[in-house]
Amino acid sequence: MAKADMLGASLWDAYSNKVTTLMNNPQHQGEIFEADAEARGNKLIVADFGAESCGDAVRLYWEIDPANDKIINSKFKSFGCGTAIASSDVMTELCIGKTVQEAVKITNIDVEMALRDTPDVPAVPPQKMHCSVMAYDVIKKAAGLYMGVDSESFEEEIIVCECARVSLNTLREVIRLNDLTTIEQITDYTKAGGFCKSCIKPGGHEAREWYLVDILRDTRKEMDEEKMKAAADAGASGDFASMTLVQQIKAVDAVIDESVRQFLVMDGGDMEVIDIKSSDENIDIYIRYLGACNGCASSSTGTLYAIESTLKEKLSKNIRVLPI
Amino acid sequence: MQVYLDNNATTMVDPLVVEAMQPFFSELYGNPNSLHKFGTAAHPALSKAIDQVYTALNASDNDDIVFTSCATESNNWVLQSVFTDLIVNGDKNHMVTTEVEHPSVLATCKFLEEQGVKVTYLPVNDQGIVEAHTVRSFITDKTAIVSIMWASNETGMINPIKEIGEICKEKGVLFHSDAVQAVGKIPVDLQDVHVDFVSMSAHKFHGPKGVGALYIKDSHKLSPLLHGGEHMGGRRSGTLNVPYIVGMGKAIELATSNIEETGKKIREKRDRLEDAILELSDTFVVGDRENRTPNTILISIKGVEGEGMLWDLNNGQIGASTGSACASEELEANTVMLAIGADNELAHTGIRLSLSRFTTDAEVDYTISHFKGEVARLRAISSSFAIQKPTIGGEVQECELHHH
Repeated sequence: MAKADMLGASLWDAYSNKVTTLMNNPQHQGEIFEADAEARGNKLIVADFGAESCGDAVRLYWEIDPANDKIINSKFKSFGCGTAIASSDVMTELCIGKTVQEAVKITNIDVEMALRDTPDVPAVPPQKMHCSVMAYDVIKKAAGLYMGVDSESFEEEIIVCECARVSLNTLREVIRLNDLTTIEQITDYTKAGGFCKSCIKPGGHEAREWYLVDILRDTRKEMDEEKMKAAADAGASGDFASMTLVQQIKAVDAVIDESVRQFLVMDGGDMEVIDIKSSDENIDIYIRYLGACNGCASSSTGTLYAIESTLKEKLSKNIRVLPI
Repeated sequence: MQVYLDNNATTMVDPLVVEAMQPFFSELYGNPNSLHKFGTAAHPALSKAIDQVYTALNASDNDDIVFTSCATESNNWVLQSVFTDLIVNGDKNHMVTTEVEHPSVLATCKFLEEQGVKVTYLPVNDQGIVEAHTVRSFITDKTAIVSIMWASNETGMINPIKEIGEICKEKGVLFHSDAVQAVGKIPVDLQDVHVDFVSMSAHKFHGPKGVGALYIKDSHKLSPLLHGGEHMGGRRSGTLNVPYIVGMGKAIELATSNIEETGKKIREKRDRLEDAILELSDTFVVGDRENRTPNTILISIKGVEGEGMLWDLNNGQIGASTGSACASEELEANTVMLAIGADNELAHTGIRLSLSRFTTDAEVDYTISHFKGEVARLRAISSSFAIQKPTIGGEVQECELHHH
């Protein structure tokens, strides 16, 4: 939030002139009928995507020359807002003249780019990006019908954010490489979740299979587990600073059992480790004296020095021992 | 011609109201709490405004009507302070409201739920109305307050406030009503109806934005929301917004002094507009006209998405509204349409037209002709009216995009 957010900008003012023009006067809206296509020796494919109950629905018509799989004509019908109509219109425009195999490569980003007035200014505000996604989905569906394959087969990877076309693998990689911990960071790094926001968490504009919150949580969990595993491996090789807390306690106890406790017990005393706190500079080991050590004059001088230097020598030079 | 049919969102300030407000900016600008004559100079106008509001609502002299900044403040004040007074510092733990309240009530209830309050959101019937017996069945001995809007901003449908008031009185539960869409549109008589708290806002009845009020029956205890000075008898701190209070007084007087007759005139125009657009096939209007504010139409037009229709109306210089926005991040269907049990298909097709006493017959005629032309254009584009069926396997069985 900042000054620019204090007055919510008008949604419609953020549309490009092209969106406005096509909404008011779409060039390719209409129908192609099966009988007419057949009479011309062509194949008609008609695909629906969305539904009135979703608030957006589009029907795409392709008249295809079966000799070369070329889309020689395309029309659309749309139940939707202005950007849905404009996106559908530009989508049909992009399809005409392409083969089905070429058309299936058209993405929602191509549709949105084609709606821009100038290359670097978005055609629609972020929350309207999903309208162009529907155009992309219906193309895949039409191509699947023509080629007799599942429309999902055109997708080479799992797309989590459809608006910005960010894949699951990209997201996992970016979270790891940059050690990201928040959704805002993910959006800053990848643009995922910056548009219609459906992919952030359940309950948004569209129900999704993958959500950023889950991907972040699961990736962080994997990272933590790997970190622990690395620590466990490091523990075996003796790098005290990289050990987990439990490993550190065990290591300290082992050193004390081996080199310290016997001398304390001889004098009728003992000690226990209470806690270990690590900072950038020091590893502080909190101990408590038991029995005769408790109140013994050298417990804060000579004995303490002996314990600390033993642990320093065996485990880490950054260790400090603090009696409580 | 341009036609403003979004009077449930806000209204034009009546020029007579502007005139009444004018002296209190640069001439009589004193702080009414000051002892000197600059301060006291505004007192007669403030007294008059208070009288105008009490008279308009037939409030008793034992009641308090406290000016606030808006109805959102009034709604927040009631709910948050009842929470403090009867739940935090009392033995209650429950509130009752409806699914179709204004966000200033719903969002406050959600906030209070996070603080541990139990909230019941009552459903409405197919008319968009909360039935009194439903309210009765959800009141428990732990219920602190019932909050139900007097009339709906979306549908204009009027709730049985008198009956609900009697139930609350009998059960000993506080009753609040957000009357933003009722005051100035239909008679509101606060001695005839038992309501403990009533919220209202001046800009819905041709007064200025930024001023509203909360009616408090019998000066009932209610902790302040805003702490500070001792304004409005200590109930609401903040220097009195003199010109706006004067404006609200004038506006409520103008809106209510002849309310039956004014309402009848608005209704004649509304009904004419409604009848004309219902001539279109596959349309329906929510709610019985007899039980609706006289200025409101919520119409569903099959095959025409709400925001698309608003766009075309706007191109035709007509300002209307839709509860369904393609752009919203949350539920995008019209929530009121869903609450009354309309099909999902229709929940995205709601258009609200709301008239005022300034709407003219010529504007109604203009709207009728444009509206029909725009519906025809959008239906020509609409997939809902397409003839060629999808290729086998290309159909959509149901909404596969969204939740609902």
